[in-house]
Amino acid sequence: MALEHADVLRAAHLARLGLDEGEADRYLGDLGRILEMVDQLQALDTDGVAPLAHPLDATQRLRADEVTEADQRETFQRCAPAVENGLYLVPRVVE
Amino acid sequence: MQWETVIGLEVHVQLATRSKIFSGASTAFGAEPNTQACAVDLGLPGVLPVLNEQAVAMAVQFGLGIHAEIPEVSVFDRKNYFYPDLPKGYQTSQMYHPIVGPGEVEITLEDGSTKAVRVHHAHLEEDAGKSLHEDFHGMTGIDLNRAGTPLLEIVSEPDMRSAKEAAAYLKAIHSIVTYLGISDGNMAEGSMRCDVNVSVRPRGETTFGTRAEIKNVNSFRFVERAIEYEVERQIELLEAGGEVVQETRLYDPEADETRSMRTKEEANDYRYFPCPDLLPVVLDQAYVDHLRDNLPELPAAKRARFQDELGLSAYDAGVLSASRAMAEYFERVKAVCGDAKQAANWVQGELSGALNREGLAIADSPVSADQLGELIARVKDDTISGKAAKQVFQALWHGEGESADAIIETKGLKQVTDTGAIEAMIDQVIADSPAQVAQYRDAEPEKRGKMIGYFVGQVMKASRGTANPQQVNALLKEKLDALC
Repeated sequence: MALEHADVLRAAHLARLGLDEGEADRYLGDLGRILEMVDQLQALDTDGVAPLAHPLDATQRLRADEVTEADQRETFQRCAPAVENGLYLVPRVVE
Repeated sequence: MQWETVIGLEVHVQLATRSKIFSGASTAFGAEPNTQACAVDLGLPGVLPVLNEQAVAMAVQFGLGIHAEIPEVSVFDRKNYFYPDLPKGYQTSQMYHPIVGPGEVEITLEDGSTKAVRVHHAHLEEDAGKSLHEDFHGMTGIDLNRAGTPLLEIVSEPDMRSAKEAAAYLKAIHSIVTYLGISDGNMAEGSMRCDVNVSVRPRGETTFGTRAEIKNVNSFRFVERAIEYEVERQIELLEAGGEVVQETRLYDPEADETRSMRTKEEANDYRYFPCPDLLPVVLDQAYVDHLRDNLPELPAAKRARFQDELGLSAYDAGVLSASRAMAEYFERVKAVCGDAKQAANWVQGELSGALNREGLAIADSPVSADQLGELIARVKDDTISGKAAKQVFQALWHGEGESADAIIETKGLKQVTDTGAIEAMIDQVIADSPAQVAQYRDAEPEKRGKMIGYFVGQVMKASRGTANPQQVNALLKEKLDALC
């Protein structure tokens, strides 16, 4: 499946990346080559091969259900552009 | 045309862990904004999630409670979207390999009949934060305390056919999670929320109609009302020759209607992929068996036992097993007084009436199960009359004594069963009521039965309700008839 210019702009929008026309053209080429490689992989016969969820051959370690984090709101909010009454303020979001 | 409603529910249950699903921040409700949002919850660079073992155990317990398959391996995926209350830019969820496979929930309908609703799967995921759109100088306020709270999303098959069935299903889920103790089930605080998928189709049709999804419905009553409104809307639309659009709608309880949420330019494209920060979760059989062996008795089993072993009616068994708190209270009362039927009558009658009047939950009842059980025992062994028992109950309710026995003692409610004492009162009443005695004597024998009521009333009054009514009746009849 050939990648089109509009696909690149759509992927960029979904990732909230602002691309200018030149960049979009460059990504069209780069991403196209990546997809070509994916096409090669797709051609392999994977019948009977279990899908791989993670490259490490290990399983998830679990932690005990304990509260270990103290309140560090003041520290974290020091790098926020706007806060009020303990809330982070962001440009208005309307559903 | 006859229409059939098809409903499927996605129920989000907040799991009652102390800490978050991937971090050690507290999940306690009601804290100051952002005081329980740590670096992991904020999605700061370099942080890594570590899965909470209790969240895993709770999800598996739920699965076992609905007789679901528990796959050996489950995998976390990233659901990518941008919203300010989702700081990482993705929600960690389980798209392809959920922790709980297909299962079944038994629901009980109003007529007492039951129906099985299939559960497609249930998966673990993290909750997002909260956006506050009140006036912050045209800005939106973000509280991330809730971000990272563990959720179990339970996805049903489209097996429900009416708003009532959907509400019954939600109640069944509520009852299972609270029995298991894996959630407080508090809908007002958002511990349980649901998305409702509704469609209609001509009766007899086998393919589904186009569905609308109603988001974030947060009470049993609203689920019913939202569905009723939505079904009516879709039928009207179709009968007028229109088409149902597949969309997300919001239920507005004040206007009692559903409204379309503004559709975004592009359909949601979440670009799910396995989360590279989390390894596959592998559950060994011994672990699952251990959880299974330690499951409490669940509502459906309890209801059946109340009917079969205790001889309660289907209705009583249903009410008394509906919540774990109610069932435990009832079973304790029964154990203390040794009479299941009397325990059921008192819990559903006097106690539930008083709780409803004051808007209290059974857990907050001023009368403990031990106190009520002891009170019933005193009625059973004839220490007090049924009428006096209600007085004792009121006194216990208002904290006028520590126990039924103490109140019976201080209020002098002990039933008088001493024949001599009752006879003395009867003689006094007869002596004080010459006119009524004359009427009794002159009446036809078959009419005397009714007339005796007056004398019983006088004797009961004289005894301040403590005389045993059966004894009073028998003795009065004897004495009056002797005068005739």
